[in-house]
Amino acid sequence: MAAGPASHGGLRRAQRPHLSKMERMVVSMQDPDQGVKMRSQRLLITVIPHAVTGNDIMEWLIHKYCITEEEALHLGTLLVRHGYLYPLRDPCHLELRLDETPYRFQTPYFWMSTLWPAAELDYAIYLAKKNIRKRGGLFDHEKEHYDQLHRKISHTWDLVVMQAREQLWAAKQRRKGDRLVIACQEQTYWLVNRPPPGVPSVLEQGPERNSCTAGRVQMPTGPFQTKTVDFYRREVECLRKALGRARVKSSVCLEAYLKFSSQRGPHDPIMSGCLPSNPWVTDNDTYWAMNAPSAAVPTRLRVEQWAFSFRELLEDPVGRAHFMDFLSKEFSAENLSFWEACEELRHGGQAQVPALVDAVYQQFLAPGAARWVNIDSRTMERTLVGLGRPHRHVLDDAQLHIYMLMKKDSYPRFLKSDLYKDLLAEAVVPPKTKRRVFPFMRKPRHSSPSPALLPASASREPSGGDGEA
Amino acid sequence: MATDGLHENETLASLKSEAESLKGKLEEERAKLHDVELHQVAERVEALGQFVMKTRRTLKGHGNKVLCMDWCKDKRRIVSSSQDGKVIVWDSFTTNKEHAVTMPCTWVMACAYAPSGCAIACGGLDNKCSVYPLTFDKNENMAAKKKSVAMHTNYLSACSFTNSDMQILTASGDGTCALWDVESGQLLQSFHGHGADVLCLDLAPSETGNTFVSGGCDKKAMVWDMRSGQCVQAFETHESDINSVRYYPSGDAFASGSDDATCRLYDLRADREVAIYSKESIIFGASSVDFSLSGRLLFAGYNDYTINVWDVLKGSRVSILFGHENRVSTLRVSPDGTAFCSGSWDHTLRTKNYLFVSLQVWA
Repeated sequence: MAAGPASHGGLRRAQRPHLSKMERMVVSMQDPDQGVKMRSQRLLITVIPHAVTGNDIMEWLIHKYCITEEEALHLGTLLVRHGYLYPLRDPCHLELRLDETPYRFQTPYFWMSTLWPAAELDYAIYLAKKNIRKRGGLFDHEKEHYDQLHRKISHTWDLVVMQAREQLWAAKQRRKGDRLVIACQEQTYWLVNRPPPGVPSVLEQGPERNSCTAGRVQMPTGPFQTKTVDFYRREVECLRKALGRARVKSSVCLEAYLKFSSQRGPHDPIMSGCLPSNPWVTDNDTYWAMNAPSAAVPTRLRVEQWAFSFRELLEDPVGRAHFMDFLSKEFSAENLSFWEACEELRHGGQAQVPALVDAVYQQFLAPGAARWVNIDSRTMERTLVGLGRPHRHVLDDAQLHIYMLMKKDSYPRFLKSDLYKDLLAEAVVPPKTKRRVFPFMRKPRHSSPSPALLPASASREPSGGDGEA
Repeated sequence: MATDGLHENETLASLKSEAESLKGKLEEERAKLHDVELHQVAERVEALGQFVMKTRRTLKGHGNKVLCMDWCKDKRRIVSSSQDGKVIVWDSFTTNKEHAVTMPCTWVMACAYAPSGCAIACGGLDNKCSVYPLTFDKNENMAAKKKSVAMHTNYLSACSFTNSDMQILTASGDGTCALWDVESGQLLQSFHGHGADVLCLDLAPSETGNTFVSGGCDKKAMVWDMRSGQCVQAFETHESDINSVRYYPSGDAFASGSDDATCRLYDLRADREVAIYSKESIIFGASSVDFSLSGRLLFAGYNDYTINVWDVLKGSRVSILFGHENRVSTLRVSPDGTAFCSGSWDHTLRTKNYLFVSLQVWA
């Protein structure tokens, strides 16, 4: 909550964009024509002008942003919690009540963006005033803070008390209505900046983020300055390359999304549900058992997915195994094995690199190797030269060549093969579980969602062999 | 490198203005091939039906803000990390806690599950990324087997294993990303180019598996070549910090969530921003985004405690989910797309001195 290191010139990092947006919102709420309808609120014998009720606020939000009541209530509550609105009655809890509780808009003086961070001295004065005004008027947490501050700034405590008395005296000179309003404003400010225990602080932002603007800080010459020059050189370089990049028309790219999403829709459990049921909804994890990485009989959707792209076929262990079978029949299984070995090299540990490169060479690349892979001569030459200084990317070119070979040649044949067709035919389509809840209603044949029966939170036995770490 | 001070200033100013003018030219080039908007193309697509997702599991056990979580490939286990240094591994299906470790630092902002399911990685204000092998042996202390892998000069904001347990990609508040060998802690590649803290990263689901995207406080999203360390593409349309980046399932695009209260979609082939997901009533930053399996839905967690669900194609909001009492800090869809998990800063006061914080799984 405390402010971090001094701000790096210009706008404080703490002024998050949401604050200025909230401020714009409350300003438009106070617009005489388009804003929330205001009324005068009678409190005992005083009349406070420009008050609004929770309902007024909600109605305005609903109307202005086309949102539901729930969302409007949430948004209104956030405005109150951030201190942009305060209740005139019982200003101890910053909530948006939907009864006749009157609210007013906080004066910009007390806005989070104006007066932040709250000064300890000001807090001390505020607490002192409260203490003087009414003995025992401080809440427990306020008493604690009061004592803490007293200890901390005991040398200036006389000043604090003097200020407090002066402010109280000045307040007495005001009209009762004004006095009440100022007291509420101040109280709200401190509720936001020094929330009582149990109330989350809206000021918390997490660890400080240093934002270096393009202008950079004016630092004395030294390492920082040098880095800046490097930074811009790199950026210019990157931009020059970016300019030369080949681009694709938007229409082509965007069409691809439509195709992708419609193709994958049935495979998306959140969109289309899953058979037999979504484990999270029914507590039945058969779905996971049936789709386990090493399931003996894959489901139909799963086998269909192997036809979507070569990458997805390889990513599925069962798919990959069947593809390997297919390649064996075509006497080109060494291609896939080579590709797997290259993957191991690229993503494996550094210590294994030399041994792995050597093993790959012996097995796949050396003249007369047992499982020699057919790479074009230029790539082969380049690779063999590179093997002299093995590193994890030394087989990248060869790997890509073999990958493309499989993708363009073997993969399409696989999809047309009897092997694949049989797999599709034998694939399982699990039966629906009764009383299933589909989160999504897209097709009419899916029954309307039945109310989810949330399970009692008794401990559940982990079932299925899929989850052992 | 110039040694004369004045010369350095000249170079600096001229470089700056060159960068600015190149940026302008780049935007012009990008605009040339932009012949249609996504929502126009999506007009032919059927609108989505009624959307119902509920909290199916609430994971209580963290005593303080949950900052990050990641799914295990087994589709049910998760690892989560929090402000007080606790890192917990759960079987979220049963809600049982399986492992717990306390980091020596607070604000563990990054955590990741290893592809094998046998280890986790985490880090935060300690500026490091450490790997903990997971063991069920009662006699073993998890913290004893900890391996310190990555070393940055500022906080660790994100980490991810690559295709195996042996390599880790990290993003840091020191403005860089880096690729590390887990076994030796060796730095394999570093990625320089962000002008401020890097807050997030995501690996591309591509055939060659060689790129990743990162987002930072400099409002830039940058795509990197893992082999050369070079920035391949950069996008600078957000108005504030980018808190989260996530690839579209095809790998041809990625989404970003930012403090400017918008989520955006950037297409890599068109080389431009192609959609903005925003609403006037949404004014708090988006902290975390993820796609459903088909890429049709974008789930985004916000700092106003809500989760908004967007129709990626039509650009409209499908639903708003209220389920947290403080900002949503992390959100990930499960590997098989059956659910998503959200973590937040909230706590529920149960009895006077006992606080719960929740992670929730929605389906």
